[in-house]
Amino acid sequence: MAIETSPQGVLALIAVMTVVTLITRFGGVFVMSFVRINPRIESFINTMASSVLIAIIVPMAFSGDLGAVAALVATAAAMLAFQKPLPAIAAGLLAAALVRYLV
Amino acid sequence: MSTLSYPYQFESRKVWSEFFRLFPISLFVVAFGAAFGLAAIQEGLTPLQSILMSTTVFAGASQFAAVDIWGAEVSILPLVAVVFAINSRHLLMGASLYPMLREVPPGRRYALLLLLTDANWAVSAQDYQNGRRNLEVIVGGGLVLWLAWIIGTALGVYFGGLLQNPKAFGLDMVLGCFMLAMALGGRKSPRVLVAWSVAAVASLAAWKWLPPNMHVVVGAIAGGLVGLIWQSPETASSGADEEVADGH
Repeated sequence: MAIETSPQGVLALIAVMTVVTLITRFGGVFVMSFVRINPRIESFINTMASSVLIAIIVPMAFSGDLGAVAALVATAAAMLAFQKPLPAIAAGLLAAALVRYLV
Repeated sequence: MSTLSYPYQFESRKVWSEFFRLFPISLFVVAFGAAFGLAAIQEGLTPLQSILMSTTVFAGASQFAAVDIWGAEVSILPLVAVVFAINSRHLLMGASLYPMLREVPPGRRYALLLLLTDANWAVSAQDYQNGRRNLEVIVGGGLVLWLAWIIGTALGVYFGGLLQNPKAFGLDMVLGCFMLAMALGGRKSPRVLVAWSVAAVASLAAWKWLPPNMHVVVGAIAGGLVGLIWQSPETASSGADEEVADGH
């Protein structure tokens, strides 16, 4: 099934995207409201939460160019050295820009 | 057990301080929004349609993917599949906030989730790992990010990309660097490092061999399983199970 991109069609498509995205925003919390939280479940969701970050970053590094890798390495180094997020992110962007300019 | 009490104390002043805390990162979101606005009109959306999409969907990566499959007509199933797959990380992000969200009345709980996105979630999750409860950043931070996304989209559709090539300034890496800074700012224990290794391997395997856009969910759940099997001493001892605490 397909929707034509007429003015009404586009509105329908945007509505579909909005509903699907809302389901993802609400769904996890909705399901959890039926789960009894015990220490084991809490340990699962806490570990999962920090793993979300890694699962976003690592494939990004592997699929990205040299600039992407440089950005992540610089951010990690600055973060471990100074523990300040904004300077670390700035260092990352600078590294990406520099590598892409040079390579 | 009284299940009908909602003890989370919402501080409206903190909402504003979190709004300003995420203001710097939202400047980058404006640049991304402009890139999206430009892509959207190039694929044939009108300016108003593009702005409407950013306002109601508010999920950048999935919007880029959607306008990528735009044409004279758009097939529903592939659109639903790609939007759901890319945004499925919200399911886990929301679930991870549940220990705090269950202390908020349901109406407010779901209203707050309207503004859930990567950056404000990452801050809230990191604060929670460090023992601070912060749902205010979901609201305040979410608001500034949402406004930035809409404003950026509007700039993009009316003025074209603000920058000829955002990649040359490393702007495509903002989210990745932000996520990494958040991850490294959290507490690191051997348990967390094992979970991260498992998440890294699983997400890479999923990225390589599974259908596109499933790697985040697969990697995160794989990492979570480490926590399911290997509990941290604090969460174990905060429960009723004394033996686990003693055994440690």
